[in-house]
Amino acid sequence: MSGTVRVRVDVNGETRENEVEPRLLLVHYLRDVLGLTGTHVGCDTTNCGACTVHLNGESVKSCTVLAAQADGAEVKTIEGMSQNGELHPLQQAFHDNHGLQCGYCTPGMIMAAADLLQRNPNPSEEEVRHGLEGNLCRCTGYHNIVKSVLDAAGKTQGVSA
Amino acid sequence: MSTVDDTTTGGNGFVGQAIKRKEDRPLITGRGNYVDNMQLPGMQWMAVVRSPVAHAAITSIDTAAAKQRPGVVAVYTADDLAGSGIAETGIPMFWAPPGVEIKTPVHFPLARGEVKFAGQAVAVVIGGDRYSVVDAVEDVFVEYDEKPVVIDPEAALQDGSPLVHEDFGTNKTHDWSIDGGDADGALAEADVVVERRIVNHRISGAPIEPRSTIADPRGDELTIYSTTQIPHILRFALSGILGMPEDKLRVVAPHVGGGFGAKLQVYGEEILVAAAARKLGRPVKWTESRTEHMATSHHGRDQINHVKIGATSDGKITALKLHTIADVGAYFQILTPFIPELGFPVANGCYDIPNVKLDFTCVFTNKFATDAIRGAGRPEITHFLEVMMDQLAAALGVDPVEIRRRNFIAADAFPYETALGINYDSGNYQGTLDKLLTHVDMQAFRQEQEQMRAQGKYRGIGLSTYVEVCGLAPSRAVGPQGVGLQAAFWESAVVRVTPSGSAIVFSGASPHGQGLDTSYAQIAADRLGIDVQNVEVLHGDTNQGPFGWGTYGSRSLAVGGEAIARAANKVQDKAKRICAALLEAAPEDIELVDGKFQVKGSPDKSMTMAEISGAAHIPPNELPADFEPGLDETSFYDPENFVFPFGAHACVVDVDAESGKVDIVRWVAVDDCGPAINPMLIDGQVHGGITHGIGQALFEQIVYDENGQLVTGTFVDYALPTAAELPSYETDRQETRSPVNQLGVKGVGEAGTIAASPAVVNAVIDALRPLGVDYIDMPLTPLRVWETIQAAQGPGDGAPLTEQGAELDEHGRGSAGSGPTAPEEGGAA
Repeated sequence: MSGTVRVRVDVNGETRENEVEPRLLLVHYLRDVLGLTGTHVGCDTTNCGACTVHLNGESVKSCTVLAAQADGAEVKTIEGMSQNGELHPLQQAFHDNHGLQCGYCTPGMIMAAADLLQRNPNPSEEEVRHGLEGNLCRCTGYHNIVKSVLDAAGKTQGVSA
Repeated sequence: MSTVDDTTTGGNGFVGQAIKRKEDRPLITGRGNYVDNMQLPGMQWMAVVRSPVAHAAITSIDTAAAKQRPGVVAVYTADDLAGSGIAETGIPMFWAPPGVEIKTPVHFPLARGEVKFAGQAVAVVIGGDRYSVVDAVEDVFVEYDEKPVVIDPEAALQDGSPLVHEDFGTNKTHDWSIDGGDADGALAEADVVVERRIVNHRISGAPIEPRSTIADPRGDELTIYSTTQIPHILRFALSGILGMPEDKLRVVAPHVGGGFGAKLQVYGEEILVAAAARKLGRPVKWTESRTEHMATSHHGRDQINHVKIGATSDGKITALKLHTIADVGAYFQILTPFIPELGFPVANGCYDIPNVKLDFTCVFTNKFATDAIRGAGRPEITHFLEVMMDQLAAALGVDPVEIRRRNFIAADAFPYETALGINYDSGNYQGTLDKLLTHVDMQAFRQEQEQMRAQGKYRGIGLSTYVEVCGLAPSRAVGPQGVGLQAAFWESAVVRVTPSGSAIVFSGASPHGQGLDTSYAQIAADRLGIDVQNVEVLHGDTNQGPFGWGTYGSRSLAVGGEAIARAANKVQDKAKRICAALLEAAPEDIELVDGKFQVKGSPDKSMTMAEISGAAHIPPNELPADFEPGLDETSFYDPENFVFPFGAHACVVDVDAESGKVDIVRWVAVDDCGPAINPMLIDGQVHGGITHGIGQALFEQIVYDENGQLVTGTFVDYALPTAAELPSYETDRQETRSPVNQLGVKGVGEAGTIAASPAVVNAVIDALRPLGVDYIDMPLTPLRVWETIQAAQGPGDGAPLTEQGAELDEHGRGSAGSGPTAPEEGGAA
């Protein structure tokens, strides 16, 4: 692959600027170039959601976005969720409700849930279940993930997600 | 309910509490240390050239173009790695049952001259970054001379079938049998015999974290970071394969993103990364794609079970006879031919069955290997037995609850020896079923079901009252002179108190999501009289702590946790001796109460663990001259028996008869895994376990086409359950102590999976009985359910499908009696 493109991305409030291959996926830009390894890869086909991040405030699966497409955009990853050592309400809720086991799907699950709560601050259980349909977990059976999101609902207003 | 024996605990009472997990913080903040997150200086990437065909001779491999590509540093075939140890030694298989010959093909990490399944590794490419090595794979040109393929295990046993391994002259790997009593005689005399052919299809473990391995050579030392459940076994195996002494090899399992058995393995890629790194003298990483996972991380199940149950006219089971045909794929991984048999100790389930005969036949096909996936042999046994309980109930016109009650082993019959000579440790099967029925009002359900049927809606309920065998394992029972595994299954623990009185616990188990850092800390903290937050649990690094056997088989609490309890007790004993010397009392007069070591009857005379440990590390003169400093004890615990958790699950489904779609509307689980160390973690394991079983029952299936091509190579085609398709679960517990270990505990990691699939199938059959459906094989996809309804309704006679008269002719009726989903001829005599 010849040639590179320059990308300038605001990642968790810091401006990052790099020459990258045009085909470089956003998830690999975050992980391999910027060292933000909290965003994971689980499937390569946009099914599992382990790579979910926020792009200009909305959740996207970063394995299906090119780094070049994020040029000029704001990206938020799991590393940007806690502020000054204080956990985001969703992070706290996942801990409080045993919403994670192996932890591999967790960052993507939290980022997807944050977007869900932004759009629907007080979802029903069914709305949470449908809202997280694009994120796979093999450990929890989703029971405690759903409980975590419902617990965090209503606590996220005013918290930047 | 009983509670944990606290005679040796310090009364802090952390055991039994729903303590929040110590391991969460890095994982929820994006600071997990998974293997693919690591980058080492100078690290190269490996990608694997894989066979696109299922059976062929390799006539040539041309690597020249790939080697020319920028960034590529090496391309290796099997020939190129000759002399590195790996070309001469295959992937190990650890089962050698006494008196049974297993045809065992040598399974090289890279194909030599021929390939026998699609996806088999043929060459590896090493280069500077993640993408360029994948590009270079496309420039390795391999010519294949294709051979006939066999995919169906029953066809593979027929004369004239294509042979996976021509040298063997057969596709049968081995037969293995066990019996107790006289099953044939009892079947001949039975009032009723129910017979079914029950298919338990192939599935994937599919942890969300794909496999990944890094090998880091430094001088004559090699460090391997790998997504493994068995770091110590992996080091032992790699030592032999690579010809390296174990002391020069370090294996680290850092954060591991789920295993479910798929990472209980010694994989060819782990060997290849190590060999390539040593040859190049620099670190090499390989991370599998999801498609590689689906094709070349071992699969599970894939059995055809021919089952016969004989009973008296009043429903007392007199005999169970099984012939299993297990499709094990083309080559063995570490436990491949053993897994189909592994469920045998619980073949009679919760039931008093005096005559049992089990025959297993394992068969090669041109697929990837099967091996242990969550439950490993017990889900298969439990599935057919629990489905057959409902089949028997239907044949006799008895309620499924009642048929179970009539056959349960009585609560006062433990320890209970089964017909196969297995000693069930403890149980109260009536108890869990009774408790389940306090949550599920069966009479009200049947009324509701009737009302819904009158409206053309099909709701059903399915029960599963399971017992499983775990806590792997008593080494004498399963080792070389027992069942024949070339291994032992004790566990190790070190409990070390620091000079300032906090503790570090090392375990030979290797947790990867189960929450054992927390439950282990609870066990140690109570025995040391310190706060649970001051106990650090370490595992997964062969350079820390003694050899251990890893995490699988629901063993890490009943064996690994018990080892920690025993090591902590030794520390407590030494602490009491130190305390006694310093307080001028007898050691037997020192007791641990509320975190203080105090003289019995004189609670004002006491010491904390921090004070005692300070004295242990900087001994005052009051201690005897021959006092051995330090507070650091090791325990190796080999259980005397397995443990046998059990429970009762109920699943309620709605089936849309027009589309075949199954919705699970309610799940109630009552499990008994002994006294809870941490009830929050137990519930979490049960939730995930049930979901794995539901996944197999409704959605998941590994499918190969007739040419041996994997059809389900991504999560687009291999359907994991999502949150939207599942209910929240209702869980309850009963606590029956195991006499096997001092904690009284049993395992729970696999219980939900073992319980779940038959409950789903029984529920769907229960729902569809009015439509003439009396049996259905998993997976219960809408197509299969719909076809089964059609078949049960008979060929296109235009009869209305539902009582409301809705006809389904427009959906193409008339498929009855043919195709893979047609129900087998029922055998109720």
